[in-house]
Amino acid sequence: MSVNHASSANTFNRDFDRTTWHDESLWFVRQKRDKAVFSVSEFQQLREVASNIKEHTLSSLDHYLIEFEQNALSNGVHVHWAANAQEHNQIILDILKQNKATRIVKSKSMLTEECHLNPFLKENGFDVVDTDLGERIIQFRNEPPSHIVMPAIHLKKEDVGKTFHEHLGTPANEKDPQRLTEAARQHLREKFVAAEVAITGVNFAIAETGSVVVCTNEGNADLGVTFAKVHIACMGIEKIIPKWQHLGVFTRVLARSATGQPITTYTSHFTKPRDGNEMHIVILDNGRTQQLGREDFRNSLKCIRCAACMNTCPVFRRSGGHSYGFTVPGPIGSILSPNLDLKKYSALPFASTLCGSCSDVCPVKIDIHVQLYKWRQIISKENALPISKRWSMKLLSTVLSRHGLYNLAGKIARFTLRWMPHSITHNTLLNSWAKSRELPHPPKESFGTWYQKNKLK
Amino acid sequence: MNVGLFIPCYIDQFYPQVGIATLELLEKMGCNVGYPLKQTCCGQPMANSGCEQDSIAAYQHFVKNFSSYDYIVTPSGSCAYHVKKHYNIIEQTLEVKNVRERTFEFVHFLTDILKVKEIPGSFPHQVGLHQSCHGQRGLKLSNASEITPVKDGEALRLLRTIKDIRITELDRNDECCGFGGTFCVTEEAVSSRMGTDRVADHIKNKTEVLTGGDMSCLMHLDGIIKRQKLPIKVMHIAEILNGNSITK
Repeated sequence: MSVNHASSANTFNRDFDRTTWHDESLWFVRQKRDKAVFSVSEFQQLREVASNIKEHTLSSLDHYLIEFEQNALSNGVHVHWAANAQEHNQIILDILKQNKATRIVKSKSMLTEECHLNPFLKENGFDVVDTDLGERIIQFRNEPPSHIVMPAIHLKKEDVGKTFHEHLGTPANEKDPQRLTEAARQHLREKFVAAEVAITGVNFAIAETGSVVVCTNEGNADLGVTFAKVHIACMGIEKIIPKWQHLGVFTRVLARSATGQPITTYTSHFTKPRDGNEMHIVILDNGRTQQLGREDFRNSLKCIRCAACMNTCPVFRRSGGHSYGFTVPGPIGSILSPNLDLKKYSALPFASTLCGSCSDVCPVKIDIHVQLYKWRQIISKENALPISKRWSMKLLSTVLSRHGLYNLAGKIARFTLRWMPHSITHNTLLNSWAKSRELPHPPKESFGTWYQKNKLK
Repeated sequence: MNVGLFIPCYIDQFYPQVGIATLELLEKMGCNVGYPLKQTCCGQPMANSGCEQDSIAAYQHFVKNFSSYDYIVTPSGSCAYHVKKHYNIIEQTLEVKNVRERTFEFVHFLTDILKVKEIPGSFPHQVGLHQSCHGQRGLKLSNASEITPVKDGEALRLLRTIKDIRITELDRNDECCGFGGTFCVTEEAVSSRMGTDRVADHIKNKTEVLTGGDMSCLMHLDGIIKRQKLPIKVMHIAEILNGNSITK
């Protein structure tokens, strides 16, 4: 089934006040970001440097991946390569089986969401506990994340209270954030202490040392890895950076762009397993090499998943992450998803006004809105546009490239608007413009006609 | 200096007064302005809908109509941006290159080519300036709030030189209005909501006259203002700079 963003967004907007609340919550994060970014005078240079490091890395990705693997192996880490989500999930299942593990904790990883790891493991008899607070909330509710940094941003504290009442036995109508968080802490503490395997994502993978770096605010990745005997870190091939010295550039831009913090509360480095423990790294492709091969879209792989483009996007703030129907929603998701399934996600590059705020906010300078425009062209070429749109654009093209036709069409439009009753010109079944807007009041004559009468005498 | 006046299709048909104000002001500034009668549209509506190939006829038509002028000036940042940025898919003949280089958004032309520093006259109203994205971020005619907290731009600077004018300080200085071409009907719910929020910001901060460099954004916002019967008058920036007074 194709994603219909407009229809989901329409449903979202039926609740005016909730839409206001959603918009303002995310705008608050955008403002925090601005404050944090403007306090660093060289931030624009940092963006440039971060973008260039990624540009270079992507241009020699094969080289750096092999360097990373060799260094990880010599650290005593098991390295696994997965071409797609199925292979990724199978690798993890096999590790769990080999270790006869049943108690599994997982910190936030959009890559495992992308692979739908949790449902796969569940089908195979393994229950995974998400330990990121937002992820745990939506796991209880059986929902996908609506945002990659704040997965439960679509929920109010009352919603969380209801969910915790059902799943954790907190008092009905409890909505105090501190008490709810405390309930989650107590619940998760048991899971951490008992964990046999800890799964984490990866924010950065450093080629020269074979280490992975995980950034969290809750410390849940560290805690999981510290207790469990087995650590499985899951990463996409684009997470590589060449050297240690590059990391500081990214940690400086990541948290500022994401939440307006100078740095995440925890920046954890994992290089080798403790004695007697195991560490695995699963490296996933899943369409990334295909995107790397698309010249116009290659640099979308620079993304460090800060979600600043979501917080700034006026469409995202007013349609919610679920309306995108893809693990990574918002502007960046709308240029990543068509690579995986052009038909299914063909509506997403159109869920934008092309305002360009996403490109201006992006800490690694991805030209997101330019790529949205380019995907639109490909979608039209591949015949994935709705038929009505395809024909109306052909007709429009004919009218707009022939002056006589254009003039005639303009006259008819103005005549119709002048003389047809308002109830017809503003009929919302025929004209969705008119649902909440008036049409312009048509003048008697066009500028062209005025010009000929007044200037060409 | 021979200036070719490009009047975007929706201004030609629905807002002739904006074309007239643009023409009058250019003439006052001493430009020899021509208006090619056979002009139509820059091709943006099709291209932004993914049908760039269907726009090629409009691109060629545009180039044919305007290649003989020293400059091409249009009261629309969005159309100027489209010509400059997206006419890259047709053969880059000397004519095409010239047209792309010499096409200017109206205010940009005043400040950068004609070196206009101030505007005479008085406009005793509180004016809210809508930053249209294609002019702001596309042509970089004003600062973007993602890059710097300093609010500045060519339109703002010119408006500030008018006597008695007051400029609205908005809560969100440069959020998109939600027009977005065909987006305004294909994503009607979000588009309307974005427009409603933009207008609410102006109402809250006491705008009397809402202006900007793109009539398409203003048409969308005006549609919302009229539907909600709000006390804001919408004028294109060319009308204000030309010294037009508020009309009923």
